[in-house]
Amino acid sequence: MNVLLDLFSVIAICFGTFFFLAGTAGLLRFPDALSRLHALTKADNLGVGLIVLGLLPHAGSLLAALKLVAIWALIQLAGATSAQLIARAIRRSG
Amino acid sequence: MSILQILDIGLAGLVLAVAAWTVFARDAFAAVVGFVAYGLLLSLVWVRLFAVDVALTEAAIGSGVTGVLLIGAAGRLRKVEASRDDELPGASLRLFAAALCIFVTLVLAGVVLSLPDPGPTLAPEAARHLAETGLGNPITAVLLSYRSFDTMLEKVVLVLAVVGVWSLAADQYWGGAAGNPRGAEPDGTRALLAQVLPPLGILIGIHMVWVGADEPGGAFQGGAILAAMWMITMMAGLTEMPSIRSRLLRLVLVAGPAVFVAVGVAGVAFASGVFAYPTGFAKPLILFIEAFMTLSIAVTLPVLVAGPPKRLRQQ
Repeated sequence: MNVLLDLFSVIAICFGTFFFLAGTAGLLRFPDALSRLHALTKADNLGVGLIVLGLLPHAGSLLAALKLVAIWALIQLAGATSAQLIARAIRRSG
Repeated sequence: MSILQILDIGLAGLVLAVAAWTVFARDAFAAVVGFVAYGLLLSLVWVRLFAVDVALTEAAIGSGVTGVLLIGAAGRLRKVEASRDDELPGASLRLFAAALCIFVTLVLAGVVLSLPDPGPTLAPEAARHLAETGLGNPITAVLLSYRSFDTMLEKVVLVLAVVGVWSLAADQYWGGAAGNPRGAEPDGTRALLAQVLPPLGILIGIHMVWVGADEPGGAFQGGAILAAMWMITMMAGLTEMPSIRSRLLRLVLVAGPAVFVAVGVAGVAFASGVFAYPTGFAKPLILFIEAFMTLSIAVTLPVLVAGPPKRLRQQ
């Protein structure tokens, strides 16, 4: 059981870091600001989500696990809001 | 070399690189963004040094609130920034400033490197008397018991900063309010954030003050989170700054330092001296002071960010 949980963690965290890598590549390589923003928010969303998922079995207590999920939810909220605000600023400046 | 050491060296290199980038950024706004990123990386450094209290303060105050203040300043300077190129200091003055900064850095590095090993420390003393304060977090014991006079003065400095900001008000706005009026900028995105986040943010802020007695956290960190919640609702146009004449506003601004001084002076009658706590009552008194300090900090920081009053006094 423990080995299976560890394997689950390793796979989830590896996928999470992959999304960060892909997001960073997109941030550096995509041609315009809106696509770069898209790449960045996907990395935040799925990258952090998968890493949190991988860490959940090792949280130790229910409260710690809930805190991890809350962190993910807060990052989602912050990411979505700032992406909207940046996108609007880009559209206004043309 | 272990993986952690490699990560530490990478983190230190990143902090230096972001610091250099911030110094060399041409545009004030870009420099502020660099400074905020620098602050967040620095808080990771503090975590690696096992100073979680300092890391929280660095992230909340050093990076967060200072970042908002600097973004506001950069926004106000933007209009005049382009036309000011001819007023920039000359090459010789800038070289002199750079040389002075490098000299100070070298002296600091020399002092740090010449410290005896192991360094002189009061940590064992602080830990030994922890039980007398009833607290579990030695940082809170140092801040609010061993050197509470310093902490009280830090809060007074915040009130003085508000006085300084308000005194920049133009004559016709004296007695008015700072920032935008409620509903000035109806904005769906910011309004949604300002409605969803505060319930959770207020809970986290109070939690951080409460656990500060025994774990990393405290009045400053928790107060900064509460302050951020008010700032968010103000930026979304859902709330507005009260007039600087408001008695309630002024009362809350001075409540923290005033309660701190009152409890400190009461130490003459009820304990061994000024800023001493009576035996057995240290923890409740510290929590009492922290509650008022949190309130004052949560209001002082948004007042500083809002700046001097810009709206006419309402009759």
